[in-house]
Formats: sequence, structure tokens, C-alpha cells
Amino acid sequence: MTVKLPIYLDNQATTPVDPRVAEAMIPYLTQFFGNAASRNHSFGWAAEEAVEIAREELAALIGASPKEIVWTSGATESNNLAIKGAAHYYEKKGKHLITVATEHKAVLDSCHALEREGYEVTYLGVQPDGRIDLDELRGAIRDDTVLVSVMFANNEIGVLQPIKEIGAICRERGVVFHTDAVQALGKVPVDVAELGVDLMSMSAHKMYGPKGIGALYVRRGRPRVRLQPLIDGGGHERGLRSGTLAVHQIVGMGKAALYAKEDLDTGKIDEVRRLRDKLWAGLQEQLDELYLNGSWDHRLPNNLNISFAYVEGEAMMMAIKDIAVSSGSACTSASLEPSYVLRALGVDVELAHTSIRFGLGRFTTEEELDYALALIVEKVRWLREMSPLYEMVKEGIDLKSIEWAAH
Amino acid sequence: MAYSDKLIDHYENPQNVGSMDKAAPDVGTGLVGAPACGDVMKLQLKINDDGIIEDAKFKTFGCGSAIASSSLVTTMVKGQSIEAAEQIKNSDIAAELALPPVKIHCSVLAEDAIKAAIADYRKKRAQQG
Ligand SMILES: Cc1ncc(COP(=O)(O)O)c(C=O)c1O
Repeated sequence: MTVKLPIYLDNQATTPVDPRVAEAMIPYLTQFFGNAASRNHSFGWAAEEAVEIAREELAALIGASPKEIVWTSGATESNNLAIKGAAHYYEKKGKHLITVATEHKAVLDSCHALEREGYEVTYLGVQPDGRIDLDELRGAIRDDTVLVSVMFANNEIGVLQPIKEIGAICRERGVVFHTDAVQALGKVPVDVAELGVDLMSMSAHKMYGPKGIGALYVRRGRPRVRLQPLIDGGGHERGLRSGTLAVHQIVGMGKAALYAKEDLDTGKIDEVRRLRDKLWAGLQEQLDELYLNGSWDHRLPNNLNISFAYVEGEAMMMAIKDIAVSSGSACTSASLEPSYVLRALGVDVELAHTSIRFGLGRFTTEEELDYALALIVEKVRWLREMSPLYEMVKEGIDLKSIEWAAH
Repeated sequence: MAYSDKLIDHYENPQNVGSMDKAAPDVGTGLVGAPACGDVMKLQLKINDDGIIEDAKFKTFGCGSAIASSSLVTTMVKGQSIEAAEQIKNSDIAAELALPPVKIHCSVLAEDAIKAAIADYRKKRAQQG
């Protein structure tokens, strides 16, 4: 059997739209194109009904009530709305927030924006496995702390944070708890009631839905969470997010949630995990000096982030150009700095330059994986043959003993 | 990022990969860059008594542009006199490979590698007296 190239192993960046999802969306562009806010004709009713079904589908994935779902343009907006919205609403209570150094930029930059407004933000570090220290979190909460924001699963290393424990701590201290669950949905069970989450960001395009649509879960039950909206207008979404609803996109996100739940319920996700495990085992069997970035035990089933020592990440990606992956190497980023997430884990800069992220998905096949594994092994050997560092290490030279000229 | 065909060719089919005996009196070795910066080049030049570069070998840890720059440099210096090799500028390398602006540092490193290898050779000759 021949595999079709290129092979997509970058499902943490985005996912293809599931054909079943795309099919469900199409009638809402051409046929049922109504404005969900049009209360007086059937076009509007059809649109509204579709939106409410999607709301139920998404709510079912996360154990929420449909009334607790607010549609947004994506998780960047959801993170902004949760963090700035809660900070502004609870301003009188206090102006201190807590988050983590390894969060997505949408969270970190929302916090930076609040800092410019006079808020104070504590950025928790992480342990070498990428998880926060719960005692450090407990110690960081103050009387004026209004929000704790800790991501469910990291987008680079797939590390899962102890969300349930964090939820309990926040509940006990009366602090609102937000989590960015973009990467976790459909990969691990997520139940907001059980986890004690108050606000949760979601995005369709990481779970086989379309880009440009997301949602924020906002707890309504005890304790009820309030937010100040970011966008003023017609008062859609209970005033939390004005703007005509993107019905076809919402339909897509609803169906995406339905099939994400199916992956969990039918064990499809265990198949993805098996392939991921096979990749890691195969690499370890055939190559030396590989370093796993982040916890193995507390990790998304579809993620692998490895440093291939002495092989620069971008060169590696060029060498395996038929396989789409991403790298924490500086050469792939505009800033020329290697991944801040890996640096937060205490990964050496040298090793951060050699990191590759593999994100498997619903549509990854065994043939694709076998092909990728063989190609990666071949190319790492080829690049190491060309690497002066690998040669020096094999000659017994300690690279740290050399005085390198920084440039 | 779209790379030139020439760059991709030098990356996919790098010329003169390998190592020479760094203790040999007629071999100059330049090791430049730093692992922490994401690129390290080792360039070795075998130079005869007439000051002509008879052979060049490289090994590079770095991105595709760094590897291509190293490969190109080995083909440029072979058969040249030391003096001519010293005249090679990073801008020549960058132009030849059509390096994008963010990759100019790769050509700077390649120029440094030539200079370092020649300096090493001269030092050895001086020590031999
Ligand atoms: C963890 C995480 N949060 C937020 C986002 C942003 O989501 P969106 O692309 O929907 O704005 C992403 C995706 O880039 C992500 O991985």
C-alpha cells in the first residue's frame, strides 16, 4: 500500500474539517441562511433552531447546560473575554490574577494588557514535567485575587494540568477559575461540573470543525460567574458577545463536538494513542539521544514532543518535508528565540533548538505513521552524520566544556 | 518560507560533507557558532605549500540555510588561494543562495568559518617555524 503525501502530523496547530461536519454546514450557507435573531419568519427560526442544537451538542461534550455556552470567533477571543471580562467585572473585589508561564499567547497577552491597565499578574513557573506545583498556586492566591487561568492541555507539549485539583483550590478560596481547553476537547474527558471549572475556552478548528468559531463556557449555577463583554452591540449571547451569529460555523462546531464525543465514547482516541505510542517506541528503538519534552503520564494521547539532540529543528523539518510537523526551534519563529514553553520547563536552549512536535489525529493511519517513522529515522541519521556536535560527542568531547562564541 | 532552488539543492545534496584530521599540519579547522544559538559550523581546509586550498570539508549543525551556506562555501574555496578565499564576503554567499533576510546570519557564519579555518592553518604554520 502506498501512502499519500504529504502526511499531516500537525494536529495541534489545526485539524482538517471532518467531511461529515462540512456536509452539515453547507445548507446553512445557501438554504437556511437566515439571521438567528430574526424572530418573525421561518428563515430566522431555522437558523435559531440550528444554533440551539449546536449549543446542546457542545454542552453535551463538556457536561454543561446549553445556557452556559457563549459563541465567539475562536479561542483567542474566548481567552480575551474570559480574562479581561472577569478582571473588569470583579475589579472592585481586587486586581490580581494568576496564570502560568506556558500558557498560549492569547492568555499571556490578555494578562499583559491588563497589567498595562494597572492589574497585577502572577506567572507561575512549571516543574520540569510541565505541570504546575499546586502548593505554589495555593501560596500565590491572595485576598485580592479574582481569577486563576491555567490551561487544560498545552499546545506544544500536550501536558495536562491537574485541573480538578486546581478547580477545588479555586472554589475553596472563592476565586474564578478559567481554563483554555482548546487542545483537550475530544482527546480526554472534560466535565466542567466534575472539574470545578468556571470559565472554559474552546475552538472548533482543533477538533475537526471550521476555523473562525469558538465558544466560552460561562458557569451559571452556583457560583454564577459574571463577565464584562468586550464587544458592544445588539446584545446577542445574553449580552456577552454581540454580533450576528455565524450560523454555518456554529453548526460546524456543534457537529465537531458531537464527533469529538464519539471519539472518546467509542475508543477511537485509544487508537490514536496506540499509534502515538508506536511512534515513540519506534524512534527510541532506532535512535539514541532523544529527549521527551514534558510529562509522559500526564499528556494528550495524540501529542509527542521530542528533542533530537544535535539536529536542528528547521533542518529536520526540511529533511522530512513530506511530513507536516512543527518545531520549537528559533529558526522557525520570527523572534529567533526558541520556544518559551520549552524554556519554562528548563529545557536547555541547545535542546530546544532540536525539538519537533508531532500531533496525530483522527485521520492518521497506520501506514502514514510507519512511513513517517522510517523517514524520520533515516533523516535524523543523515543530519547527525552532518552534525559537528554529534561527531564531537561521539569522540568523547563534552560540549559544555567548549567556549562557544555566541553570535 | 520559500527557498531558492539552489539553496534546496545544496541542502538536499550537500557537497563535501566530512572531516579531515585536525592534527594534520596542512589542515586548518574553523569551528564557529554556538549550539545555544542553533548553529555550529565546522569547516576544514587542506592547504598545500603554494597556499592553494586543495580540499574542503564541512559539518554543520543548523537550519537548512546554514547547511546550504556551508556546502556552497566548500565549493567556492576549493582550488582557490588563501588570499582569494579570504575575500569571500557573506553577501556573496547570501546572494548566491538568495537567502531571506532572517537567514543572513547563516552566511555571516560561513564567512567566519573560512576566516577561522585559515587563521588556524596560519597558526599551525607559524608554530612549525
Ligand atoms: C491552547 C490554545 N489556545 C488558544 C488557541 C487559539 O485558538 P483560535 O485559533 O481559535 O483563536 C490555540 C490555537 O492556536 C491553542 O492551541
